[in-house]
Amino acid sequence: MPDKINSERYQKAKAASEKKAAVGSDIDLSRFESEIVSNPVNIDTKVLTDDDRKRMLSAGMILDDKEQRSGTFIQKDNTPIHHSADQDGIEVMATSEALKKYDWLEEYLWTAVDVDADKYTAHVELSSADGYFIRALPGQKSIHPIQACLYLSKSRLIQDVHNIIIAEEGSELHIITGCAVAKGREPGLHLGVTEFFIKKGAKVTFSMIHSWNPEVDVRPRTGAIIEEEGLFMSNYVVMHPVHSLQSYPVARCVGKGATARFNSILVATPESNIDTGSKVFLDAVGAKTEVISRAITTGGNIIARGYIEGSQPEVKGHLECSGLILSENNGGMIHAIPELKGARAGVDLSHEAAVGKIAEEEVEYLMARGLTHEEATAAIVRGFLNVDITGLPPELDAELKKAIDESQGELF
Amino acid sequence: MDTTNLLEINDLAVSVEGKEILQGINLTIKSGETNVIFGPNGSGKTTLMMAIMGFPRYRVNRGRIFFNGKDITSASVDERARLGIGIAFQRPPVVKGVKTAEMVQACLKARNRSEDVEQLAKKADMTRFLSRDINVGFSGGETKRSELLQLLAQNPQLVLLDEPESGVDLENIALIGSLINELLQKGCPIHQRSRGGLIISHTGHILDYVNAAKGYVLYDGKIISCGSSPLDILDNIKKKGYQECASCPIK
Repeated sequence: MPDKINSERYQKAKAASEKKAAVGSDIDLSRFESEIVSNPVNIDTKVLTDDDRKRMLSAGMILDDKEQRSGTFIQKDNTPIHHSADQDGIEVMATSEALKKYDWLEEYLWTAVDVDADKYTAHVELSSADGYFIRALPGQKSIHPIQACLYLSKSRLIQDVHNIIIAEEGSELHIITGCAVAKGREPGLHLGVTEFFIKKGAKVTFSMIHSWNPEVDVRPRTGAIIEEEGLFMSNYVVMHPVHSLQSYPVARCVGKGATARFNSILVATPESNIDTGSKVFLDAVGAKTEVISRAITTGGNIIARGYIEGSQPEVKGHLECSGLILSENNGGMIHAIPELKGARAGVDLSHEAAVGKIAEEEVEYLMARGLTHEEATAAIVRGFLNVDITGLPPELDAELKKAIDESQGELF
Repeated sequence: MDTTNLLEINDLAVSVEGKEILQGINLTIKSGETNVIFGPNGSGKTTLMMAIMGFPRYRVNRGRIFFNGKDITSASVDERARLGIGIAFQRPPVVKGVKTAEMVQACLKARNRSEDVEQLAKKADMTRFLSRDINVGFSGGETKRSELLQLLAQNPQLVLLDEPESGVDLENIALIGSLINELLQKGCPIHQRSRGGLIISHTGHILDYVNAAKGYVLYDGKIISCGSSPLDILDNIKKKGYQECASCPIK
């Protein structure tokens, strides 16, 4: 521990412990309780309480039929309680265990996300947060998705998480992560740092379904470094109430032909405040990105950001922010902020943004086929949220669509 | 009101955004009968069709619309669709994310039918469009075929077709004609037909494929002529122009 306290990284975090985030509402950390991180355990998922299981299932976890998963990780509050890898060449464990197992892992920490980015990243470092470590060895491909669940059960607690995902050369990882809270409306704060390292020719799809409660604040901090011909795809779905959520994941395409794709599906219910977006740096020749977001408000506020910067020739990027305001008298706001920066001739960057209500002409068109006004509206909203996600295994694609469909049913 | 009429319109006046477009419209369609409406741009043809379908933007200020003897003047669009009125739009909106197959399924469901979507699509040469977003990037002919495919699924008793031949190339027009004939039960003897149709036509080309019993000329929001030979009316329009048709005898 003294080594750690004396380290440059720790000192940087300490210096940033009061630093407000660049965007988003500020959270007074003293309102919450920190927890001393205890050693990871590995319990059988069968001993989880019914309530815990239910909440985990709502976040997309499959606990009974592990055949459908290549690995599972569960962290409750600040302690990893379960990890299993059911396929050779795929590693799933607690970050703390991985750090003990692999000396070289230390070199990766805080290289995709800055430790002193703000007081939230600093808190994760200063609390010696645990989290998941998922790695595919060279050339290995996950047959089924690997699932990870971060579960917040105690009231007023800060859940600190530090995740590391490494896809070695030519490997393929499909990860589905669900974040959930215990039943009720207890306040809590989730601080989750996730760092991705996608090596040459590797592919990572990361699908995240958030299921918080109206009192929880969430500050994920995500970074991805993508090497030559690597692919990173993030699918982010948040359709349940959340007090405040602010995240701005950053992908850096550092190798020739590297690709980053972000799809976000955001629904802000009344009193939810969502400020999220994706930032991509196209730093190598031929790098590509596509950042798509679909935002709906039924009364809450959404800021949908997007930033693409191209600094090398033959890079291509497209940003798309579409927003639908479904609240007639409930308030609600969608603020789309797409930004492009081209720093070199030969970059090809574009964006389109649209915010509005459902076109009555479209509703009436469907009604002329016999659908009621409500059915027609629901079909159009479903269509609006139906982002064509290419590159996702069909089973995962179906799971995501199901989650979206089910949550959408609650909107009307 | 004559209860043998499939559609009966009495003294209809319709306004759009406060401006009266149609005045004193009287029109009847019997089962098994197809009528054609001619008229210049802006004469109110589409307004009449939209008012029959019940779109709220087309406000009925006076008069009544009866379908199968039932007063539907205040019925909503979806109610009319479920009762058996179907419309093929001239320029339908694009609806991103809603697939053509979903639209066809919705049509079937609304009318309690269980036809096979693929088979229906085959008839309209639309199989490869089923998984595409409805009307997104469709050509003129594809749009018309998609509209007719949805009508095939709806199987309406009254078919409203707004310029079914516009923007359609020669290759497609025969297929469009045969789909319309299927909708209008051309294969059945006249006395057995239960369907009726109302077609808006600018050029009259569709009359090469579809037999129409009656023709109307709509001019400046009023029916100025009506006759039992649509081809003769078309001929007159070609020779004298629309306005002169007011002097054509109403048969």
